[in-house]
Amino acid sequence: MTNLSMTFAATALILVVFLLIVRFDRRPGEKRVKFFTRNGVIVGLYLILCVGFWCILTIIMPMVFMVDLSFHPKLPPSMAGGPEDVFTLVNYRMFLFGSATSTDQLNWLHLRSFFSTIGISIGLTFLNFAVCYPIAYYMAQSASIPRLRLLVLLLIIPYWVNDILRAFAFRILLSYNGFMNNVLTWLGITDTPVDFIGANVALYLALVYSNLLIMIFPLYNAIEAQDHNQIEAARDLGAPWWHIHLFVVMPQAKPGIASGMTLSFMLMAGAIATPLVLAGPRSLWFTPIIYDRFYQLFDWPQGAAYAMALLVACIVFVLGVLKITGLKLGEITK
Amino acid sequence: MAMTSAVQFEQARVDFGSFTAVHETNLDIRSGEFFSFLGPSGCGKTTLLRAISGFIEPSAGKIRIDGADMAGVGPNKRPTALIFQNLALFPVMSVAENVGYGLRVRGVARGVRDEKVKRLLDQVALSQHADKKVSELSGGQRQRVAIARALAVEPKVLLLDEPLSALDLKLRQHMRRELREIQQRVGITFIYITHDQGEALTMSDRVAVMNAGRIEQVGDGRTIYGHPETPFVASFVGESNATSGRVVSVADGLATIDTPLGALSGRNARGLEPGDTATLFIRPELVRLTASDGDCSVATTLVEAAFEGSMTHLTLRTPTGTRIVAMLVAADLDQLPADGDPLTASFAPANAVVLPDTARSS
Repeated sequence: MTNLSMTFAATALILVVFLLIVRFDRRPGEKRVKFFTRNGVIVGLYLILCVGFWCILTIIMPMVFMVDLSFHPKLPPSMAGGPEDVFTLVNYRMFLFGSATSTDQLNWLHLRSFFSTIGISIGLTFLNFAVCYPIAYYMAQSASIPRLRLLVLLLIIPYWVNDILRAFAFRILLSYNGFMNNVLTWLGITDTPVDFIGANVALYLALVYSNLLIMIFPLYNAIEAQDHNQIEAARDLGAPWWHIHLFVVMPQAKPGIASGMTLSFMLMAGAIATPLVLAGPRSLWFTPIIYDRFYQLFDWPQGAAYAMALLVACIVFVLGVLKITGLKLGEITK
Repeated sequence: MAMTSAVQFEQARVDFGSFTAVHETNLDIRSGEFFSFLGPSGCGKTTLLRAISGFIEPSAGKIRIDGADMAGVGPNKRPTALIFQNLALFPVMSVAENVGYGLRVRGVARGVRDEKVKRLLDQVALSQHADKKVSELSGGQRQRVAIARALAVEPKVLLLDEPLSALDLKLRQHMRRELREIQQRVGITFIYITHDQGEALTMSDRVAVMNAGRIEQVGDGRTIYGHPETPFVASFVGESNATSGRVVSVADGLATIDTPLGALSGRNARGLEPGDTATLFIRPELVRLTASDGDCSVATTLVEAAFEGSMTHLTLRTPTGTRIVAMLVAADLDQLPADGDPLTASFAPANAVVLPDTARSS
């Protein structure tokens, strides 16, 4: 079987699995209108073609190529498809156990980086939620319309600044001789400057900052849909504010919380520009390691394998969130 | 039952910015009473209710519940429970969890809580539905969940904000009886908000009729209907024929006013003097087609007779074009003339009331 035909076969398989999931992933008794009945034939065909093109050609097929690549050895182009171009787990072996010359049991350098990236991203996702929930709640339930507009504007405007510029701005702000340290020293809070970059504070701040909107909007949507009377009813029945949020508002906002958390996690774990600029010398964010496989080692198969490891971690995280919250995949898109 | 006060308003006023939603109000709602606020939408009745429950603080004056000044006491600390117009049940909780919510936030032990929830659900006949989601219940059942949830916290005063308005007519009438029964059984004060006079009159011990931020009259249903004290009450509660004019004479508790229909007399309930402008009100069911001695009479023609089962609704028109409505019970149907026939509409002056046009200044 050639590489190309295998890619097509894999793509078809993914599509079939997806359609089967859609078919069976629904609440019992749920009725759905037939796609063409609802949209009409012309619009329906247009949607299928466009979305199909987008999904298959720009998402699934490149991914399948990547998966395929990750199972091949690194070869010069002249030898691709030749007798030495065999299926191999060497790239994954590299990720787990290190190179053949390594004396360590496991590839700790990369594994530690991988797991700390996942762990820290989870932590930052919760931090992001803690920062965004009060803002989203205020926007959805308390703010007057002019206030709401102003707030949305204030939230959106920072996104006009591009990612790398923002990262460098954080660097300037938080570097050893930077603005923040000058202020702290001047105020007499510290004698010696704090190493924000080295302690990764700058990286974490920037990651949370650049994912605020990603978290706020799904939360806002979910909380905004909630009947304000329910909040008042809980209060009238004697509930303190934290109880209302924990047991009345949040359970209903669950789809929004899940969707904000998964998006925020994936964007943090997969961020590349921010860690390249802001990560401290002692930290190794996982994405720069992947980047190096491609552009420092020119070992694309190995890079593909490393990228796959991250992708699988993200998928596991999403499935875990769905499992914990008891939501169906379709519900977090509401 | 002792006649103590459950809720007292002392010169209470509520402003929203420059708009006064409720003007200075003095009112005593007795303990154990079923009290209704009746009025059109925007009259301030919901504002009053929210002020009692604590979601709004009065801009001036005091509100006392059970004798205690409620200034600065939040809604979660007041001995009241509110039933919302849309009920505001928690969709993520089961029926039993909804009912037990108030106990849960009070830290009542699970065993005691379950016991009490079970008893309350028994009382509202929902025991079989305890573990269902609220969305699986019918409208009437949800209504009862809301009542049980509010009663669970043993409020001294239960506040109801038009909770029946979303139900169909039949269920609404049934729930009226049920609410009244529950109130009699638990014996606490119910304060009920409605724009539906039928609800207010059938359920309440006393009714306060509100208009434009003011209480126009407080009394039991019969008094409100039979002895309205302001033109608003006379026209808002029940149907009334009205005609305006200037008072020409007062005698023997009757006032006579000069109207486009001629000189008509009615009870002088508010001590009018000759020269005052006033309006005479007469209920359709008190309009007669055969005049007796001392009756005021008006010559009319029959425009339309609408048969409504037990009653027949007559629309009459005077030569000057004034519309008069009369109600006849079914027994009188045989004597009914044809449309367009002349008819003399008359009423006993004691059955009509003459009220001053100026707004009440109390």
